[in-house]
Amino acid sequence: MGKSTSLVRDAAESRMYEWVDERLGLDEIIEFASKKDVPQHRHSFWYYWGGITLFLFLVQLVSGILLLVYYRPGAEAYDSVRQITYDIEFGWLVRSAHSWSANLMVLAAFVHMFSVFFMKAYRKPREFGWWSGLALLGMTMVFGFSGYLLPMDELAFFATKVGLEIPASIPGVGAVIVTLVQGGDNVTSVTIQRFFALHVVILPLLFIGTLAFHLWLVQRHGNAVPPGEESKPESERRTIPFFPNFFAKDLAMWLMTLNVLAILASLYPWQLGVQADPAAPAPEGIHPEWYFMSQFQVLKVFGRWFPGVTGEIVGILLFTVGGLMWALIPLYDKDNRLAMRARNATWFGFAALIGLIVLTIWGYAEV
Amino acid sequence: MAKTNKKHGPESSGEVNGTTRRAFVKTGFTIVSACYAGAIGYPIYRYLATPASRAAALGAIKEMSLPEHDMPPAGSALRFMFGSRPALLIHHADGTKVCFDAVCTHLGCTVEFQPSEARIHCACHGGTYDMKTGKNIAGPPPKPLAQYNVEIANGQINISRA
Repeated sequence: MGKSTSLVRDAAESRMYEWVDERLGLDEIIEFASKKDVPQHRHSFWYYWGGITLFLFLVQLVSGILLLVYYRPGAEAYDSVRQITYDIEFGWLVRSAHSWSANLMVLAAFVHMFSVFFMKAYRKPREFGWWSGLALLGMTMVFGFSGYLLPMDELAFFATKVGLEIPASIPGVGAVIVTLVQGGDNVTSVTIQRFFALHVVILPLLFIGTLAFHLWLVQRHGNAVPPGEESKPESERRTIPFFPNFFAKDLAMWLMTLNVLAILASLYPWQLGVQADPAAPAPEGIHPEWYFMSQFQVLKVFGRWFPGVTGEIVGILLFTVGGLMWALIPLYDKDNRLAMRARNATWFGFAALIGLIVLTIWGYAEV
Repeated sequence: MAKTNKKHGPESSGEVNGTTRRAFVKTGFTIVSACYAGAIGYPIYRYLATPASRAAALGAIKEMSLPEHDMPPAGSALRFMFGSRPALLIHHADGTKVCFDAVCTHLGCTVEFQPSEARIHCACHGGTYDMKTGKNIAGPPPKPLAQYNVEIANGQINISRA
């Protein structure tokens, strides 16, 4: 043993590396990656959240494919999820990991979005990064909504019914859209089949394409630095190489995320309720997932202030206008020379963040 | 996490009792990675293998019974499942009854009793077995068909592994 065997092994490893390198150009990739720099400053922590979201998406892909092995959409949906949860070995863990990582992914995406907002990373030339990111967040939420129905337990059934009432209140086209999405005038096994197609084929295709665009933009423009950092002279700014330094830190964050997910998924396994019965009344205290809670609360509150359909329409309008302003912020807050706009944008960000948090807590308090 | 790019090669002063810092980190990293791979891989393996292990448990049966009125007429055969495997109960014209595992020993197709040809035949690659003993007599099969014991008692056909 000792030096000679390890030398032989190293020689074999390097021959193999060379074989692959000649064909795929590994050296070029490493050279390219090590030339890329990541800014290092007191807000660098927030750079990891896009990567964490990406990691959780990968967990979604793997655990989702595993669930596909046993899940049967349509009339047998509840039975197949019951089988996965109680019958197939470690099925509860796979399902729990899928649900927990979905929730963590939404959370990480929100953290990523707000940190991008407050670092003003949406400014030129990163507008498309902002927009593609918002599209990814929107798709993530539709993923969550469509996936929530698939077990077809009581909560899934009513959450979907209530969720679809929101577009249904849009004057004119609303009812038609909902009938099409639902495949009838109620949530049935036909709805499950449609949501299933949306959840496992249509959304993943759109999401992966948009994600590729988003990542390509990140690689093209690099990390944005916050305005406070940008105003420093070049000599005071610090960076670390993307590879291996930032990459190693990124992996460490992924590992921590994996550990948090493992603890949540195994110690707090996702439950399966009773089978949905279209004739049964809605259970007490039914409420949407936390990431739809603020919208739910807005509709509830406006419903109180403006009884009838008016309340819902005012609520939907508020969210639509707010969302539109949020999306168009890069066209308003372009750079630091427009100091008042920069300040207004920051205040708008705080208002949105506090608004979402307060509405969510308020929603839970009223459940 | 290191903030510098300083290399700790075997020549550096990190050597303790013949173990370099690099080798220590490499070994530790490999062990931890293997633990994670196991902790993720094992549940996934068991998850995917559940139906297979249930089928294996089902296939592990040693014996089973059929009602006697299921006995095919002389000169014909009955196809049935012995656990998870197809089986063939042949009632020969001379009155003898034999039972074989119906999985071809070549590549796993299900074989057929052909009374007109007086043989057991596999359509996939033309393997042929003796209809009385299950011995491989022509074509690619490397082994004879496994034979089960057949006993008739109290209105039951008892079939068991030999």
